[in-house]
Amino acid sequence: MQFGVFSVGDVTTDPTTGRTPSEGERIEAMTRIALKAEEVGLDVFATGEHHNPPFVPSAPTTHLAYIAAQTERLILSTSTTLITTTDPVRIAEDYAFLQHLAKGRTDLMMGRGNTGPVYPWFGKDIRQGIPLAIENYHLLRRLWREDVVDWEGKFRTPLRGFTSTPRPLDDTPPFVWHGSIRSTEIAEQAAYYGDGFFHNNIFWNIEHTAQMVKLYRRRFEHYHHGSADQAIVGLGGQVFMAGTEAEAKRVFRPYFDNAPVYGHGPSLEEFTRATPLTVGTPEMVIERTLGFADAVGDYQRQLFLMDHAGLPVETVLEQIEILGTEVVPVLRKEFEARRPAHVPSDPPTHASLVAAGPEGKHHLVAPARQATAAASGITTGTTTDTTNVTTRS
Amino acid sequence: MSRRIVVLTAGLSRPSSTRLLADQIAEAVTAQVTARGEGLEVEVIELRELAHDLATTMTTGGMPTPAVTAARDLVSSADGLIAVTPVFTASFSGLFKMFIDVLDTDALNGMPVLIAATAGTARHQLVLDHALRPLFSYLRAVVVPTGVFAATEDFGGGGSAELGRRVARAASELAALVVAETGAVGGFVQDLEPARRRSSGTTLEEDVTDFEDLLSGLGQ
Repeated sequence: MQFGVFSVGDVTTDPTTGRTPSEGERIEAMTRIALKAEEVGLDVFATGEHHNPPFVPSAPTTHLAYIAAQTERLILSTSTTLITTTDPVRIAEDYAFLQHLAKGRTDLMMGRGNTGPVYPWFGKDIRQGIPLAIENYHLLRRLWREDVVDWEGKFRTPLRGFTSTPRPLDDTPPFVWHGSIRSTEIAEQAAYYGDGFFHNNIFWNIEHTAQMVKLYRRRFEHYHHGSADQAIVGLGGQVFMAGTEAEAKRVFRPYFDNAPVYGHGPSLEEFTRATPLTVGTPEMVIERTLGFADAVGDYQRQLFLMDHAGLPVETVLEQIEILGTEVVPVLRKEFEARRPAHVPSDPPTHASLVAAGPEGKHHLVAPARQATAAASGITTGTTTDTTNVTTRS
Repeated sequence: MSRRIVVLTAGLSRPSSTRLLADQIAEAVTAQVTARGEGLEVEVIELRELAHDLATTMTTGGMPTPAVTAARDLVSSADGLIAVTPVFTASFSGLFKMFIDVLDTDALNGMPVLIAATAGTARHQLVLDHALRPLFSYLRAVVVPTGVFAATEDFGGGGSAELGRRVARAASELAALVVAETGAVGGFVQDLEPARRRSSGTTLEEDVTDFEDLLSGLGQ
């Protein structure tokens, strides 16, 4: 199982000191957080993508490449990449390039952004959010899997004989997650392609998150990628830790009370009850996080949001230290102890996808099409393996 | 078959004239429905009791509290709605609108609604038709023609009999819709576009559009 941190990249005033970091300081802080994650044995660092203040991460691949150059093991990911408003040709090129630089230590998560105006800023219509996510991602899959692409769609200018460069590392496109809080179409999309599904699991109750994951798992099985409990699930989470619960609450409360999104709203206690936020001892975080698997089933990736609400970087680095040394080692052990043998522990990595070979279903644009055809015994052309169809029926 | 209606009342004081009017209307609707040979169950949502939960929902990016979820389910599963608000600064109260704002856009599709308002003076009576009626029209509810407005003076004296008649007329209109069978005789009416289903939006839709259909809809 993979554990890591994900950052929104907001520049927020520290409510206890009134100090606001500069953009440069915030970018530097995000880099230090990623390096710390590797240092303490975490597996993943994911950066947000935003195109408006008070957020800094507008150029994720630039940043991730910079981090890749200073790390050895860390998987670099996004939370999320704007599939709606970014040209899929640019995503194909940028992330293939990053794959080469990072020697395959990359994957990415598709999302639709957190602010309405980002659509018109990039010449798109917000009412077309879901269709954009669907068409753009399908094109992205083709650009990574077909050397020469002829393409025509609703939203982008047509392509004729186009080759996206560089080709993916080892001709193996990066693994993709789809993140969505409420849109069932996105869970359906992840299931259709056999991609991962990530729920941010921060602003909603775990029962809601569980419903979304359940839908994804059911449809993953429907599309013949495996059984529902083998679907690739990632969750977010939000924690603040100290030696005692009282101390954790004392330190975190002013940040909570003034935080973007939920500040000046519910009390820390109310929000802790209603959502997966845990403010307390490392033991409490371990217990709460293990409980996620009871709600959504055994899963493959857990990311924590650690650097928000204006917390100073030194505090965040201490928190990641606790996470890496006291929390995650126990979580690794406990999650594996409860996981049935047929449920994958890790999400696909570059190494595992390369090992699966060029015939692996990861190399198909729409693996569900072949699988569905095979399962129903329909011949889809000369490539259909009739022996296979016979054995299945 | 017994029917169930929900009364939304946004009065803040206790007792409130808004609740008083709501009860009178609910009683009249009950009489009208039972007169048509049907049973009626009335559930009252005092929005004052939800004020904190509504504020919490607003300040957590729309995550409903359990109480808000329960109220949303109650409203969308009803056969009719009586909505009563005090007039605050020339419109429905903020609390009343906060509740409407947490409803799903499909929460009131085709819902029979009786609108009513109270105020200190009769000068506010057009709030019914300038604020409440368009609000519920936007949500695709079916608002009965008669709205009930009660100024303080209507609760006694010469105007009170007129208020009673108005309550009875509106109640009769709502009762007719609540009791009426929905839909036409099968096979005789072809819907050009099927009506949108009512949904509280508190749980995920189990039915999803197959992804192949989403892709082919885009020509992929």
